[in-house]
Amino acid sequence: MTAVPYAPLRAPRLAVPAVTTGLALLLAAMACLSLSIGASNLLPWELFTRELNPAERAILLDIRLPRLILGMLVGASLAVSGALMQGLFRNPLADPGLVGVGAGAGLGAVIAIVLGGVMPAAVQAVTGMYMVSLFAFFGGWATTLILYRVASLRGHTSIATMLLAGIVLGALAGAATGILIYLADDNQLRDLTFWGLGSLAGANWVKVWAAAPVLIAGLAAAPFLARGLNAMALGEAVARHLGVPVEAVKRGAILAVAAMTGASVAVSGGIGFVGIVVPHILRLAIGPDHRTLLPAAALFGATLLIGADTFSRIIVAPAELPIGIIMALIGAPVFLWILLARRATMEI
Amino acid sequence: MTRFLLAAALALLPLAAAAQERVLAIGGSVTEIVYMLGEQGRLVGRDTTSSYPPEVEALPDVGYMRALSPEGVLSVSPELILMEAGAGPAETLDTLAGAGVATVTVPDGYSPEGVLAKVRSVAEALGVPEKGEALAADLQAQMQAALVKVAAEDGPAPRVLFILGNSGGRLMGAGTDTAAAAMIALAGGTSAIDSFEGYKALTDEAIAVAAPDVILAMERGEGASHGDDEYLSHPALAQTPAVLGGRVVRMPGSFLLGFGPRTPEAIAALHAALYPGAP
Repeated sequence: MTAVPYAPLRAPRLAVPAVTTGLALLLAAMACLSLSIGASNLLPWELFTRELNPAERAILLDIRLPRLILGMLVGASLAVSGALMQGLFRNPLADPGLVGVGAGAGLGAVIAIVLGGVMPAAVQAVTGMYMVSLFAFFGGWATTLILYRVASLRGHTSIATMLLAGIVLGALAGAATGILIYLADDNQLRDLTFWGLGSLAGANWVKVWAAAPVLIAGLAAAPFLARGLNAMALGEAVARHLGVPVEAVKRGAILAVAAMTGASVAVSGGIGFVGIVVPHILRLAIGPDHRTLLPAAALFGATLLIGADTFSRIIVAPAELPIGIIMALIGAPVFLWILLARRATMEI
Repeated sequence: MTRFLLAAALALLPLAAAAQERVLAIGGSVTEIVYMLGEQGRLVGRDTTSSYPPEVEALPDVGYMRALSPEGVLSVSPELILMEAGAGPAETLDTLAGAGVATVTVPDGYSPEGVLAKVRSVAEALGVPEKGEALAADLQAQMQAALVKVAAEDGPAPRVLFILGNSGGRLMGAGTDTAAAAMIALAGGTSAIDSFEGYKALTDEAIAVAAPDVILAMERGEGASHGDDEYLSHPALAQTPAVLGGRVVRMPGSFLLGFGPRTPEAIAALHAALYPGAP
């Protein structure tokens, strides 16, 4: 009771170090698998055992490797973002969508897809083929900053105001998106659909170098918020009396989530479910202490996403299924099963 | 059948010894042209939009042409990728270029000249320009014959509304600058809608103003239940001359809108459907 400001109602089911070690091993195994499996029959160590032709080298080094790195970072970021949001809003259903990142990023992507061709030549030249990614990132980021301004008054950020304003801004972004969808031609509509289903197929080193600093910064910031979020589970007033810098924790969590989710959505499109399913499963396994929950969420989120991505590449090879579909297909039944199995005893 | 194809493929191999042997075709009309050029033995893969001729479906499908994944494309080990304009995304094309695979983008165009340009471009890329000229000349003659028949019509041009689909009762109609509008014009009809570009949802009022004499739609796959009833009983269409006259014309999408080697045939077929009384 002393280390954790609030204790889970039931004792954690599994030892934390064992779970964390297990998750790390699982991630390593999944990473090896992801590098070894694909539409082409190529194993990573063939790089050292025989002379590869340029196309084979490209498959291993310029396709599978950046895709693996991006997948791990995006999966970890989405899972940690979900856990942070649920801690911040003290609500198990909270996800990064609540701070407007999803709607804003979606609007940014739609603007780039539909209006990309009529943008000033300078914008087109600078952004090139990354226009959709950049617009999605800035769209998500801008929405969150607006929301944060709206919800903050005299140095205090109201989480309730943020929630309501988030719904309003989401509706507004949705309307703007709708207008653009009406203007879109059928090819743009198809691009929009595929973007919304999410995919890591566009992964390359440029995207890794662009997104990794943002994602890693967000992931690195998360552990510093853990104590504060633990205290805030008791309510903001109590947390303040415990000496937690509540406003700083809120600001840190919101900015970290906006950065991580914005960058994730920008490079991979819409991938849902990781942010909800991963923290929930882990809370059931190791309890709600953010100090252990956040690192475990990063490991498990990364594993789940690259697992789903590997699956998406082989199930209809040589074509591939958008990863958002796989995520929902795996995530929804597993989540439902956990709910059914645990509903009698579950306290989150 | 497979054995026959294999034999045909082997027989064709010596003819094209100089050029790239492993060709991936992206885009329905490009694939059709490869077949019409007799170069199908070199195909190692296709995209989802390539479904004609039917035997092409035996080839590995690397995905939808606008959402290609780099490893899927490279897994069929292509030496040359022939792409219809619009294939992508750009990141994938960039990675493919980095992997050293030759790619050729075939220009798109909704006109008879566009078809001939596609044929020449594909034949050029495959290293068989003389076959391309022969096919282009043949298609041009067919096209000419179809267009002469169309030009011979002297009655008023029927107003044709192309309906792309029906989502929950809302009809998606073809406006200007679409493959459908181009085909309607080539076959001697008038596109019933000129107030917007591309394919958009139609309001009931817009349908009344359009007053189509004929409704043109894509043929559904076997097993689709609606049939023409879907349009004949649609409330917004009920008072149009097309429904009163019972004139719904259906054709396979890639045949009607593909702007490939079957386009002359499609013009003739659509013309015959629009002018049922003509000889």
